[in-house]
Amino acid sequence: MTDMAGALPEKVDQGGLTRLRGMAAATEIDLRLLGMLVALAAILIGFGFVTGGRMLAPTSLITLSVQTSIVAVMATGMVLVIVSRNIDLSVGSIEGVIAMAFALLMTDWLPNILGISVDSPLIWILALTFGLALGVGIGALQGFVIAYIGVPSFIVTLGGLLALRGSVWLLSQGAAVSGLDPTFQLLSGSAQGSIGGTATWIVAVVGCLAVVALLVFNRRQRHRFGFPVRPRWAEVLLGVIGCVAIVGIAAIANANYWPKGLASKYATDHGITEPPGGLLISTGLPWPIMLVIGVTIVMTFVGTRRRFGRYVYAYGGNPDAAVLAGINTRWTLMKIYMLMGLLCGLAAAIAAARLNGATLDVGQSDELYVIAAAVVGGTSFAGGIGTIPGAVLGAIVMQTLAYGLAFVGANSPTQNIVAGVVLVVAVGLDTINRRRGT
Amino acid sequence: MTEAAPQPLVAMRNIRVAFGGVHAVEDVTIDLYPGEVVGLVGGNGAGKSTLMRALAGAHPADSGDIQIAGQPVTISNPRDAKRFNIETIYQTLALADNVDAPANVFLGREMTTQWGTLDDGAMENATRKVMARLNPNFTRFATPVKSLSGGQRQAVAIARAVHFNAKILIMDEPTAALGPAETAQVRNLIRQLKTEGIGIFLISHDIHDVFDLSDRISVMYHGRIVDTVNKGSVTPDDVLGMIILGKKPDEVTQKDLAVLELRG
Repeated sequence: MTDMAGALPEKVDQGGLTRLRGMAAATEIDLRLLGMLVALAAILIGFGFVTGGRMLAPTSLITLSVQTSIVAVMATGMVLVIVSRNIDLSVGSIEGVIAMAFALLMTDWLPNILGISVDSPLIWILALTFGLALGVGIGALQGFVIAYIGVPSFIVTLGGLLALRGSVWLLSQGAAVSGLDPTFQLLSGSAQGSIGGTATWIVAVVGCLAVVALLVFNRRQRHRFGFPVRPRWAEVLLGVIGCVAIVGIAAIANANYWPKGLASKYATDHGITEPPGGLLISTGLPWPIMLVIGVTIVMTFVGTRRRFGRYVYAYGGNPDAAVLAGINTRWTLMKIYMLMGLLCGLAAAIAAARLNGATLDVGQSDELYVIAAAVVGGTSFAGGIGTIPGAVLGAIVMQTLAYGLAFVGANSPTQNIVAGVVLVVAVGLDTINRRRGT
Repeated sequence: MTEAAPQPLVAMRNIRVAFGGVHAVEDVTIDLYPGEVVGLVGGNGAGKSTLMRALAGAHPADSGDIQIAGQPVTISNPRDAKRFNIETIYQTLALADNVDAPANVFLGREMTTQWGTLDDGAMENATRKVMARLNPNFTRFATPVKSLSGGQRQAVAIARAVHFNAKILIMDEPTAALGPAETAQVRNLIRQLKTEGIGIFLISHDIHDVFDLSDRISVMYHGRIVDTVNKGSVTPDDVLGMIILGKKPDEVTQKDLAVLELRG
């Protein structure tokens, strides 16, 4: 990569494409990720054109993002599962069980059995803690059977899919449960479930500072050992692109306003006289999207900057080599499933908050969308290859297609057909591309 | 050798390894002294690699004793072996193909920063230093090792063993995948490591390699050691005879020679 940067000046007059490629290499941008961003932009613009711009309205984009959040959160974990040459078919059922557990904890068990007042913040804190712990526990159990007993993950998690879905019924005696804690409900991502306009700008500024700090830090690290560094223009370009993207997302979120009725009620409650066009209150970023951003950052950090992540990728690339290198591969595998369980818990929290309760079918078929997101995002079933931001992008691409098709009036079977075709075509193109690359 | 250092670096006593009912290694006793190269030769399935995998912790021995510098030790996994400064270069190289050279060199023994994160800068720096010694032309530190040439991959595998100050080095066919120039490089490296007092087990099919580099040669046949000989006291033909017939030169009969003749 860096060698190519050094060779750049000679390549300049070799025509536009070569030059562009040289420049892309100099910035060390992941070309796959860039390609997906371009594809996403094309899909968005296409639907925007067909819908006369309505699909690109801030409200649509925010709704779309909130709808993506559940699958996106779980997809970050599925990347590690698939990278380690395994699969997890049980994520939808884990999500379902935990969503039901959240609902029952908040409406029944905590108030009625432990006698905690329904107004106490302990309700949502304890429910969240128990729910996430349940996810880690289920993951640990499945991970143990896979890693230490050696039952193929397909079988173990297929069993999990069936058994856990049955458990949802047992837990609730076949009934839907509703009425969750108001604080917990923030994760629904509704107007009140958003962080607000001011906070969104603050988050944007912090994000921009973080991007700049990261670039500077990495450059210092390279300098520390006298390694070749990116050309200065590439660093500046990356910084500018990063900051513009962050500010752009914040601006879109802040151009999304509270629904009229809700805003009027707010105005009356707070004694504000409504301006003629109605009171405009920015929703800002919804909490589920904040969660996705947070999870993506943490999971990327774990996947690339921690030993655990390094071991997952090394194991996926060559399991024998990982064992011979002295890595405790069984424990690493078990940890992957524990992490996956935790992420299912977070996804379940969003799902339950969005429903203000839990039904029997929460998370049904989500395992398929999660796997599709990871795979469209560039995760390879051969093992060892896949990125967490890629999987999140994959989730966004798939959801954008479904949302856009719904927007133009396509029914659910049509959406499924398109999703299926896109999944196979995306992976097919990627396979051809990789074969050429190596 | 033995006079200079009476204490063996490695002493493997009555080692036995079985796969199911098959005795891959049967009652093998072998020593390695500091600064010595012991060549392990034998036909396919003679048990050379299995014996060395027992020492490397990749497949622990079913019975027998291992002593490192006079201390009895238990080696039940690769981590144990590494703790005793036993490094192994496998014939398959055992590289994680999808990560880069520094990640492979430090696999399982990553350098971390004070915050517990991977210190990729420091690892790349260390890898550059060790590579400068092994293969000065190596520049591809940021690409997955999958896309490296055979020689470059070999260099990565060797760098991993050399960087961690091995006292005992196991090399399983280290030159099998290499061109002439790279083979010469590996040979020079082995001589250099020898002078540093490292003991080396060298598994090779190439009888000339073995004669060139080894001080002593152990011949294995059907899981047993036929004999361990000083290089100076035998000819390559003697060794070849032992490999094929599984008998010491003085035990060979006319009939055996006829068989040998037939095989060319």
